[in-house]
Amino acid sequence: MSLAAERLSNLALSPTGFLFDPRTGTTFTVNPTGAAILEVLRDGGGLQDVVDRLADRFATTRADLRRDAMEYVRVLRDHDLLPADFELE
Amino acid sequence: MAFTKTVAVTGLNAGDNPGPGVAVVRSLRSDPNFQGRVVGLAYDVMDPGLYLPDLLDGALLLPYPSEGRRALFERLAYARDRFGVDVLIPTLDSELPALLGHEEDLAALGIGTFLPTRAQYDVRSKARLAELAADHGIPVPRAEVLVESTPMYTLHERFEFPVVVKGVFYGATVCRTLDEAVGAFHAMAAEWGIPVIVQEYVDGEEFNVCAVGDGLGGILGAVAMKKLVLTKQGKGWAGVTIVDDGLMDLARRTIEALRWRGPCELEVMRSADGFHLLEINPRFPAWCDLTAGAGQNQPLGVARWAAGETPEPLAPYAPGIAFIRVSLDQIVPISALEAISTVGETRAPREKIPTAAVPARPATSPWESLATPTALATPTALAAPFPAPLLPGSDR
Repeated sequence: MSLAAERLSNLALSPTGFLFDPRTGTTFTVNPTGAAILEVLRDGGGLQDVVDRLADRFATTRADLRRDAMEYVRVLRDHDLLPADFELE
Repeated sequence: MAFTKTVAVTGLNAGDNPGPGVAVVRSLRSDPNFQGRVVGLAYDVMDPGLYLPDLLDGALLLPYPSEGRRALFERLAYARDRFGVDVLIPTLDSELPALLGHEEDLAALGIGTFLPTRAQYDVRSKARLAELAADHGIPVPRAEVLVESTPMYTLHERFEFPVVVKGVFYGATVCRTLDEAVGAFHAMAAEWGIPVIVQEYVDGEEFNVCAVGDGLGGILGAVAMKKLVLTKQGKGWAGVTIVDDGLMDLARRTIEALRWRGPCELEVMRSADGFHLLEINPRFPAWCDLTAGAGQNQPLGVARWAAGETPEPLAPYAPGIAFIRVSLDQIVPISALEAISTVGETRAPREKIPTAAVPARPATSPWESLATPTALATPTALAAPFPAPLLPGSDR
């Protein structure tokens, strides 16, 4: 299992969007969109899978969804929820 | 397996920087296998733990450590005779010097303990912590141990600021300038004496580990915690259990290096280059009830081993279990202070402990009972709003 997959699988994510990182003790709240992205990543999905999931929910271009997904992954990296070298592909 | 011994616990102060005693007792009582009794050992009539409902089966005042080992052991012998104490769990740093190396004397009294040796205790001290780095490769911030202030004035030649100035027993101040550091040196020396320790500042996130060593290098239990809320003194007011392999590895290596016996708390900082051991406290921390809440009841384990049971590793614990401390007012009649104030001991109303009876008191109002002189009460004590503790051997 990759480091990213291990970190994602260890995260505790509630249906209401309460997120607990058992490695650092840090808690977050994520909105439904963030939770949806995390679920795709935890299932091993890539950028295309994230965009597909978001396209079901938002009436916008796939280019926008790609950019938003990449930005969200950057936020996850900044909060140490993903390894610093993780890239969404 | 049921545990039916009588456990004496110290450290019942529970203010904004609470002692660990209340947490230790709550841990014991939280386990259905604990069917023993608990005797609280306090230093002050106003220690809040004395008045928490259903916490204690009895309580005794102890002489302050400054009164010496003989006074302490006489009181512990009395605790054994009066309350049938089988096991002692000391929880305050200041108590340990009088106890370490005297476990056999305590055993001769019939009181079991699970404590580090004097050598283990000394090596983990702030002044000698760097030896762990030199001898065992444990990552410890660089430090100097100073017995006079002169080297402070050239500190900038040897350290980058900020630095941490620490008292030999307690206290730590982050200093960003030479002036601040010199001031902190004198403040620490005035409050805690010398030496004063100057330690390299490590920037990062602080974690704590509550652990129990078997004395042979093995670790019987360890629970890691991240503080979520800090008081102004930097004490954890809320925290959550976490799991991190690197942190646990550091805890194991430290316990192994020290061959630590008994409970301890490791203060650890995680910086960009990994974990650094900042301090080792030689007793349970005030948050140790979290170990029981997370599934690894360390206080009960220590009580069992102190009672002579064979130490075995404790159960694993769950991450994501939080503690959130609370301040509350305990409402008690002033008579609740009477026994502990006058005769220096009390027992819970349920009277679980079958010992020689405390002199019976008539059913009077709290104020009437205060106004009734007893053999031990003196006019001075009665005149005070909260009478000072009267200890055996006291000439007051």
